[in-house]
Amino acid sequence: MQLVWDWFRWLNDATGINLTIFYDAFDRGRFASGFWMTVKLSVVCIAASVVIGVVGAWIQGSRFRVARTIVYWYIQAFRNTPPLVQLYFFYFGLGALIRGVGGPLVTNVTWAIVSLSFFAGAFNVEIFRAGVEAVPRTTIEAAESLGFSRLQAYLRVVLPLAFRISLPALNNNLVNLVKTTTLAYAIAVPEMLYVSSQIWSDELNVPVMMNVLLVCYFVIVGVLVYAMHRWERAIRVPGFGA
Amino acid sequence: MSGKPRASTLPVILPAGERLARAALRERRAGTHSLRLRGSHGWALLGAFVLGCGIAQAQSQPEAPSIFDTLWKWTPLLARGFVFNLAISFIAMAIGTAVGLFLGFAQISLLPPVRKGAWFATHFFRNAPWLVLLFYCMFLLPFQVTVFGVRIPIPDWTKATLGLALPVMANVSEIARGAIQSIPTTQWEAAGSLAFNRRQTLWMIIFPQCIKRMLPPWMNLYAILTMATVLASIVGVNEMMTLTQRALSAENRPGLLLAFYSYVLLWFFVYCYPIARWTVRLEARYAVNQ
Repeated sequence: MQLVWDWFRWLNDATGINLTIFYDAFDRGRFASGFWMTVKLSVVCIAASVVIGVVGAWIQGSRFRVARTIVYWYIQAFRNTPPLVQLYFFYFGLGALIRGVGGPLVTNVTWAIVSLSFFAGAFNVEIFRAGVEAVPRTTIEAAESLGFSRLQAYLRVVLPLAFRISLPALNNNLVNLVKTTTLAYAIAVPEMLYVSSQIWSDELNVPVMMNVLLVCYFVIVGVLVYAMHRWERAIRVPGFGA
Repeated sequence: MSGKPRASTLPVILPAGERLARAALRERRAGTHSLRLRGSHGWALLGAFVLGCGIAQAQSQPEAPSIFDTLWKWTPLLARGFVFNLAISFIAMAIGTAVGLFLGFAQISLLPPVRKGAWFATHFFRNAPWLVLLFYCMFLLPFQVTVFGVRIPIPDWTKATLGLALPVMANVSEIARGAIQSIPTTQWEAAGSLAFNRRQTLWMIIFPQCIKRMLPPWMNLYAILTMATVLASIVGVNEMMTLTQRALSAENRPGLLLAFYSYVLLWFFVYCYPIARWTVRLEARYAVNQ
């Protein structure tokens, strides 16, 4: 391993391509933690937003009008305002209200997760609802005649089918979500963009770090897009869609 | 996509599923979610604005000027910032469209290196987050260039414009490619049988048909771009968001936050709403004869 780090040190001496994130142990740790934070943010937000989507779609199909109206306005509010504004609203607005004695109760990382999950969740509710609507009433009736309860029929029959129909739209949204995690920079969450900006202001290697950053995001998003498209093709409903 | 839908082996999926699949395809092509603003959003915003003004009025000192006077005082400055936002969006859109169309045509080139290069460039810039591209241009472009001994300064907002033009370019490229490929191949064959060469076919037959398919996603992209211009405030360009923050710190009064920010949101809504409505109408009109 040391050989590789030394090669990068040599690269800096020979060409001026200053990749401190490889040969400097401190920068390496910082960048790795930033990369890890971006991945963590993405994974947690994806999971949370999918859960929000499923629950929201279920509520939208419920009999309670008040619950349906609340979900409707949640979708409208989060779909149509910029995510940066939402992030500021959670962090500066709600964060100022929920304040413990010795400092903020909720950290900025948690606020970023909450805010981004609700942002992507609003889109997911609509996506899943359309998916659920596509499942015919007769399928649910068939499940009910086999003795499934309403919840069981939803979880075991409707949702698996709806999920396969929803996956292409869901993928678009999740890819968008991963790109939106960069906004957490604005509330000082130490993710990849934030850490990189720290490194380039310490080491003055702005162009190199910029390229590293661009390539890293390209790889992260590229891997996600590739994997999701593979999955999409694998579980596609036969004969459905273009 | 072309022709009539394939016969389904699972004919139990209701039309909602087909609609979702179409929307997903459209979004994938446009690279962004479609903006669906309604009149009720404007009323909700107006409500937030009135509420914010009420809060500000209630919290202000008795001798302080009223909230409406304060907003009115700052309006010329904010308007100047908004014009700046619009200028950035126009120029970024113009550059992005011009280069993006070129890239889109390159994506269907018959030469493999050109095709693959254009494909890679398109997907590279589509996969990179807007904010990262903005930072990229802000920090990498020099603050001035010297051409034949003449120093030309590059102001911040030019760099921000270029930074926003890059993702627009990639999205326009994909929109163009999708539109060209959605034209039935029979059109190409018919043109070929009439002795049009490839370039003539593309320019005189295929592209004119693409324009109306490209228009709705292109306008949607423009509305999204206009909203994204406030990202330039993070890198310190003097646009509306930055000026609002300055105005707020200059006023230094509690309770102005909601009033000012909802005021800014209203400005953007008033500008984007007609575009969004028009996009929906065009989409509906063109969807019939596809």
